[in-house]
Amino acid sequence: MNNNNHRLRKAGKLIEISMSPYKNKFFIALFLQFFGAVLGTLNPFIIGFATTELGKNVTDIAQGKPGAAVNLSYIAVIVAILGVSAVVRQCATYTASFLTSGCVQDSFRDLRSKISDKINKIPVSYYDRNQLGFILSCLTNDVDAVSNAMQQSLMPLIYAVTNLIMTFVMMLVISVPLGLVCLILLPCSFFISRFLMKKSQGQFRKMQNTLAELNGYIQERYTGFTVIKLYNNEEDTINKFEEINGRMNKAGFKSGFISSLISPAIEFLINILYAVMILITGYSVLSGNMTLGNMQAFVTYIWLIFEPMNQITQLAAPIQSATASMERIVNFLEEDEEPDEEGKSSKLDLSKFEGNVNFRNVKFSYSDSEPVIADLSFEAKSGQKIAIVGATGAGKTTIINLLMRFYDIDEGDITIDGTSIYAIRRNNERALFGMVLQDAWLYHNTIAENIRFGRLNATDEEVIEAAKTANVDHFIRTMPGGYDMMINEEGSNVSLGQKQLITIARAILANPHILILDEATSSVDTRLEMLIQSAMNRAMEGRTSFVIAHRLSTIRDADLILVLDSGDIVEQGTHNELLEKNGVYAKLYNSQFADQDE
Amino acid sequence: MSFFYPTSPNDPVLKNISFTAEPGQTVAFIGSTGCGKTSLVQLIPRMYDVSSGRILIDGVDIREYNIHDLRDKIGFIPQKAQLFTGTITENLRFGNPDASMDELMRAADIAQASDFISKRENGFNDMLAEGGSNLSGGQKQRLAIARGIVKNPEIYVFDDSFSALDYSTDLKLRTRLRKEIKDATMLIVAQRIGTIRHADKIIVLDEGRIVGQGTHEELMKNCRIYYDIAASQLSKEELI
Repeated sequence: MNNNNHRLRKAGKLIEISMSPYKNKFFIALFLQFFGAVLGTLNPFIIGFATTELGKNVTDIAQGKPGAAVNLSYIAVIVAILGVSAVVRQCATYTASFLTSGCVQDSFRDLRSKISDKINKIPVSYYDRNQLGFILSCLTNDVDAVSNAMQQSLMPLIYAVTNLIMTFVMMLVISVPLGLVCLILLPCSFFISRFLMKKSQGQFRKMQNTLAELNGYIQERYTGFTVIKLYNNEEDTINKFEEINGRMNKAGFKSGFISSLISPAIEFLINILYAVMILITGYSVLSGNMTLGNMQAFVTYIWLIFEPMNQITQLAAPIQSATASMERIVNFLEEDEEPDEEGKSSKLDLSKFEGNVNFRNVKFSYSDSEPVIADLSFEAKSGQKIAIVGATGAGKTTIINLLMRFYDIDEGDITIDGTSIYAIRRNNERALFGMVLQDAWLYHNTIAENIRFGRLNATDEEVIEAAKTANVDHFIRTMPGGYDMMINEEGSNVSLGQKQLITIARAILANPHILILDEATSSVDTRLEMLIQSAMNRAMEGRTSFVIAHRLSTIRDADLILVLDSGDIVEQGTHNELLEKNGVYAKLYNSQFADQDE
Repeated sequence: MSFFYPTSPNDPVLKNISFTAEPGQTVAFIGSTGCGKTSLVQLIPRMYDVSSGRILIDGVDIREYNIHDLRDKIGFIPQKAQLFTGTITENLRFGNPDASMDELMRAADIAQASDFISKRENGFNDMLAEGGSNLSGGQKQRLAIARGIVKNPEIYVFDDSFSALDYSTDLKLRTRLRKEIKDATMLIVAQRIGTIRHADKIIVLDEGRIVGQGTHEELMKNCRIYYDIAASQLSKEELI
């Protein structure tokens, strides 16, 4: 129950978030739909007048009363009223659906952009914790389910509910005691359907969650397809898939079966009610307590209850699955964002920018458990080239994560030109940096646009200039289409080394104040390696640069080498100083030449 | 065991390649990007089939083995360490579901992964996120190597699998590997001279052809391409 309220609260919140700019249009649509339903429900009652009149006329004729005849003009008026009401009702409902389509589509366009905005505001750690497939499913399947429900189910639902209420009102108008009997029987069917719905709702949620799990699984296994083949893991993979698929099948069957039970059960109840009511009202007409027209209207209303109730239970299915989706979307939208920093000064005085980066007694841990970095201090002076070396897992990448504020430190401070990076807005701080990562990232567009990504307003000449500096101009010109060649979606139609050169060109074009380079460890041949090396050197010229170094040449001519071990700097100095010390660095450096058997 | 791969006439990736690797031997492949190293080792577990010629394991053409049995013999550690959602234990048992805990620990030990595994919150039962994204590149690579060792194969193929390791971990790992696993055949594709200089046989590939074959010392003397690669990675004193 609590859980349910929680979900409804979330669903309400989502409707509020997405619909509020279109409030007016939405309320007009609601009103028109309501109005149409009221008119629709009045029909049997109006027809009842004609029946009563006809009945009276026929009895008069049968009894041979003088001047007895069918009162055609009275009936003509009733027909005219019905005709006008039908036209007005249709106009109202058409306008209502026209308005809803418009505002549902607009509001979901907004919602998609909101989710996309949110993706950019969520801290990096969220993506470390959640499966990509899950996030994708939230963006696509869930938004789709909700927009379909709003579009196709919301208005009919309002129509059905209004219809139902009005039908009862009309029954009470005709006969208070009989109307009350029906009103008592209604909760009966309501509780039955509610019970069944509750059962199926749990299964619906299960089904949607299993679907997201299945998507994540498929994506991962397809990425690892080769490994599965090489390790003869096909059977296991298929078994696990069948297990998840089976769970989804079960949940789907249960939710489908249970919700299909709802309408026959209600139909049964209504049929009994109908039979009983015909007996009672028939007796009333015979004993003169009720007009013939009212009896006809009353039994028609019993039939008419059936339709909206049926509709409500049928519409419940997509709406239920939508509330589960709504909950996930709202949860995602409510995920903690990187804290807002409106209050912080937005400007760094770039005219006096020098690029002195200082780590002072930094302490940091990813989770609350063990510190990854216990106590780290060093100083990078303006224009220096800082090489970070150390065994795998020593915390090299962590330093970069902290510098870029992907994660925040626990204690100590990091300053740039004496100003703490926490005193500046995150975006402005990040804008100082240019990064070239090991996993060179290109997106599905032309090579020129990929380079221009560094600075979006760069001219073609500037793009080519940057490519030349990055030693990649010649290579690009030999490709089909040159600068206009499309990088495919996986970025697999250029080699790894070439990708890296393109990302270096991108960084050069961006002309950042501080450059971070994560050298690729290998997979590059000798000639390309030399090209990359000289491109990197040119990119680093005149600015403070941090290099996660694997190449000897980079390490040798660095101004400062930081040797990391378990998150602490165990040694720092230049190549020669460190070799003289004959400590960790010397050991690390020499290990590549050491004899394997020693 | 001997391999022959001459390939398709129109656009051959590999041309007239012949060599033999004995049990207990380490054979290394080096050459520039696109020279066909990866294609060559991918032929062994029949990721692709040769266009002409034959690859033999223990004198039998690999196409005559049941493909499941063939792949059971081979521990292939690909360039990109692909791990899966699940515990570390589940990942290590990927190719050998019946492996005992002792076997897993030994494999992790050889692959230099014991240290970081024991530092994780739940040790071997720690959950890996999708694709192992909560590990560093080097940690993933070491787990992938351990996963290969757990399979206990007769032939190891390391397709540039040491690339994300620093030099000292790389060295420790290879030393332990050779010490612990004496009778398996090892094929190593690498970019770093340091990784392969002690191999029993080094095969230098260029544009799909073998241009040199021998030990480090032999190749330094009589293979120009090998010398160039070495020269770009080692300092002058180290070259001599």
